[in-house]
Amino acid sequence: FCLPEAIVLNTKVLKKLKGAFQAFDTKSDNTVDIKEIGTIFYSLGFFPTQADLQTFTSEVEDERSGYIHWDRFLPAMTKVLLEDKFPPISDELLLQAFEVLDKEKRGYLEPEELTDYMTKEGEPFTQEEMDEMLTAFTDEENKHIYYKDVIPHLTLERKM
Amino acid sequence: MGCGTSVATEKQGETLEQAMKAAVLIQRWYRRYMARLEMRRRYTWNIFQSIEYAGEQDQLQLSSFFTFMLDNFTQLNGNGPDLISQLLDPVVDPWLDRETCYNLIHVPESYTGPRLSFPLSVADTNALLSAFKDQQTLHARYVLQLLYETKKLLKQMPNIVHLSTSYYKEITICGDLHGRLDDLLLIFYKNGLPSAETLYVFNGDFVDRGKKSVEVVILLFAFLLLYPDYMHLNRGNHEDHIMNLRYGFTKEVMQKYKTHGREILQLFQDVFSLLPIATVIDGKILIVHGGISDQTDLDFLSSIERHKVKSALRFPRCSLEHLDISQSCRQTKRTRSTDSSRPSSSRSQNKNQRTPNTRLSRQDSAASTSSSSSSSSSSSSLCSPRTPSCLSPHAFPSSPCMPYSVNVLQVPFLDSLSSVPLPSPSQHEQEWKQIVDILWSDPKIQDGCSPNTFRGGGCYFGPDVTQRLLLQHGLQLLIRSHECKQEGYEFCHNGKVITIFSASNYYEEGSNRGAYVKLGRELVPRFYQYQVSRTTRKLTLTQRVRAAEGSALRALKEKLFAHRSELMAGFQQYDQNNTGRVSVCEWALVLESVLRLDLPWRTLRPHLARLAPDGSLEYQSCFEDMGPGIPLPQVTSNLAETLFRYRTDIEIIFNIIDKDHSGLISIEEFRQTWRLFSTHLGVAIDDSAIDDLARSIDFNKDGSIDFTEFLEAFRVVHKLDSKDQQLHEKMDGEKRTG
Repeated sequence: FCLPEAIVLNTKVLKKLKGAFQAFDTKSDNTVDIKEIGTIFYSLGFFPTQADLQTFTSEVEDERSGYIHWDRFLPAMTKVLLEDKFPPISDELLLQAFEVLDKEKRGYLEPEELTDYMTKEGEPFTQEEMDEMLTAFTDEENKHIYYKDVIPHLTLERKM
Repeated sequence: MGCGTSVATEKQGETLEQAMKAAVLIQRWYRRYMARLEMRRRYTWNIFQSIEYAGEQDQLQLSSFFTFMLDNFTQLNGNGPDLISQLLDPVVDPWLDRETCYNLIHVPESYTGPRLSFPLSVADTNALLSAFKDQQTLHARYVLQLLYETKKLLKQMPNIVHLSTSYYKEITICGDLHGRLDDLLLIFYKNGLPSAETLYVFNGDFVDRGKKSVEVVILLFAFLLLYPDYMHLNRGNHEDHIMNLRYGFTKEVMQKYKTHGREILQLFQDVFSLLPIATVIDGKILIVHGGISDQTDLDFLSSIERHKVKSALRFPRCSLEHLDISQSCRQTKRTRSTDSSRPSSSRSQNKNQRTPNTRLSRQDSAASTSSSSSSSSSSSSLCSPRTPSCLSPHAFPSSPCMPYSVNVLQVPFLDSLSSVPLPSPSQHEQEWKQIVDILWSDPKIQDGCSPNTFRGGGCYFGPDVTQRLLLQHGLQLLIRSHECKQEGYEFCHNGKVITIFSASNYYEEGSNRGAYVKLGRELVPRFYQYQVSRTTRKLTLTQRVRAAEGSALRALKEKLFAHRSELMAGFQQYDQNNTGRVSVCEWALVLESVLRLDLPWRTLRPHLARLAPDGSLEYQSCFEDMGPGIPLPQVTSNLAETLFRYRTDIEIIFNIIDKDHSGLISIEEFRQTWRLFSTHLGVAIDDSAIDDLARSIDFNKDGSIDFTEFLEAFRVVHKLDSKDQQLHEKMDGEKRTG
């Protein structure tokens, strides 16, 4: 990546990127495991799809070592920031998404239905992800997932 | 008709596409949510680790203090050193080596717990398992007998036990348990009880910190007696009576065994020091609790009398006679002050230290080269969060340049270090160092071997040290424990070192998994992970992270509170106009330099301090929702803070003084202890303040102090959730029997 000289990230943003990166730099050698790239992206407020992540990692990975070095990460991230590649998704869109799945407009989804969608459509969840989601969001009494209640949980963020 | 169908399918197609898009959206959102949760989990983890290792630094300080007290106590009161040495160097009670000692203890008819018969049978171990599951306590008589038998057995064992997979199918190796009975039971449930088919090696740290250390260690010893060929125990750094004083085992024993606790503890001390220090499998795999150093010599280790090293925290007595710790400490005390800001005090310390230091170092060069603590100092940016990234002059007042010089033992003494020259180490000292290295060392990423200053003992050893030792003895793998790992295990040094840790939820519910490793004939390690869950309902990751985070932040805030005056002094340096505000950057700098914890302060800021509307930080807000448990009148804030910071140490000292474990000490004893302690802290507190304090905490006005009440006053309470805490503690209360 050739960075135009004029583009320099302001210190605050740079520190944020560095902070997110360093949280996963477990060997203290300025590299992170590529598997963590998704987490890093999300923690910075981006919403890449799995496909997006694949593309990103393949461009910056250090010769199939499984690691990405800061020196390659930074310019690539800068590009992402400048091009606003993975813009956030609003809560309304999220609500609409749930409503699309809830064809009969009941206001809730059955666990089996949600599982069907999440594990078969789009970019499927793993069994672990599915279990965690169900445990977290299924109403205890009638085993429904009231998505209107779920959304605030998903979107409620502590300002970091 | 054709038209209709195609419209229908088109609509269907659209719907499907919509559904897919919707699904992707939800997935993205959810993954992002989970990712942020993961971030919080990591920060929480960092906090726990940093604080834990920073805290462990303290215990070596305490040990130096004990030594000082032993040497100087006679000067302060006529009681002589009996008080301290009684517990630290007890004369072996001949009573305890005679078979009749436990026979004389009467077990009442009303006792419904297990009645063991020796030699133990499977019925006995089963009885113990079910009794402990039912929260019962084993009667003191059987504990003593069990310990006595264990001691006899261990005496016959070598320092390094050799096992072979040609006789046994599989060997299971477990790491630290730290008094977590649930984890031990879970391992036995998942993996089977010890037997000819299921061989076990438990790699130390059975006790301390957890609440069921007694039960854990009784079970382990019982199985050891039952199947000495199938059950193997290595000593850990917590199998040490001084560590036990601080980290809870002593207290647990005294609480569960009010009458015979002392005898039981004395026997434990012997048994712990008799535990083998290493296990080797097929001559290829070395298992030790902590690690190794560049001077580890397995042949030498095989030859020594391991039981002579009762505690890592007692320096070999003979060498101390040559040293004048008290002399150099007095020098240190004179120059140290708690209130002055850092830069000026360090300069004056260096100046005053120079004279005694140069004298010492000239002596050094004459002595021979091998010494306990010398090593190449590869101190540049050690990666783990617990190592000091910069050696600030405050911590090392004795040496202006290199803190580690050959032949000089750096004795951490409370908040500072003293340079103390060592004569050429005696046999005893070498033995001590070899064992301490095995029990206390940690692996590091960079090559080399440096003293483990954070732990206060042992070394940090690099991949080159591992390689060398493995090669030297024809080994291929080192398995060790000693460090908590999120997944319960971790590889390092290019796969040559495995850390295995078996206490799940070590810091907090959900903080980490526990694991054990199995080896078959091919010696390829297979890992099994687990996590004990206190509630029957499965906790979501959110709930677990929240709980762990809350706990970590509380601990962190306590740390801030304990260092309040230093922090305030630091903040005020940046706030000359007394606005009460500094920039976030400056705030982070002060925290970093005072607390010496490598944490992402900026990210944690929202939990710790408030911002003013202009974006600057109001530093007083750091201490806002913390306060002492009971307001004590007439106590200066300086005293309160000091008491708070050292409350664990004070508790230990009280426990020693309170010989009959009544929970009460006389006011005079309190006064003397406190005077002694504060003198060495270098805290200027005049006698009248101490007297006021003593008077004000004599709640009963009967001339004695209930120090449990006293300590309560210095337990830090979060003003906001003190009510919740009380409720929590009530629900958490354990049944106690016996």
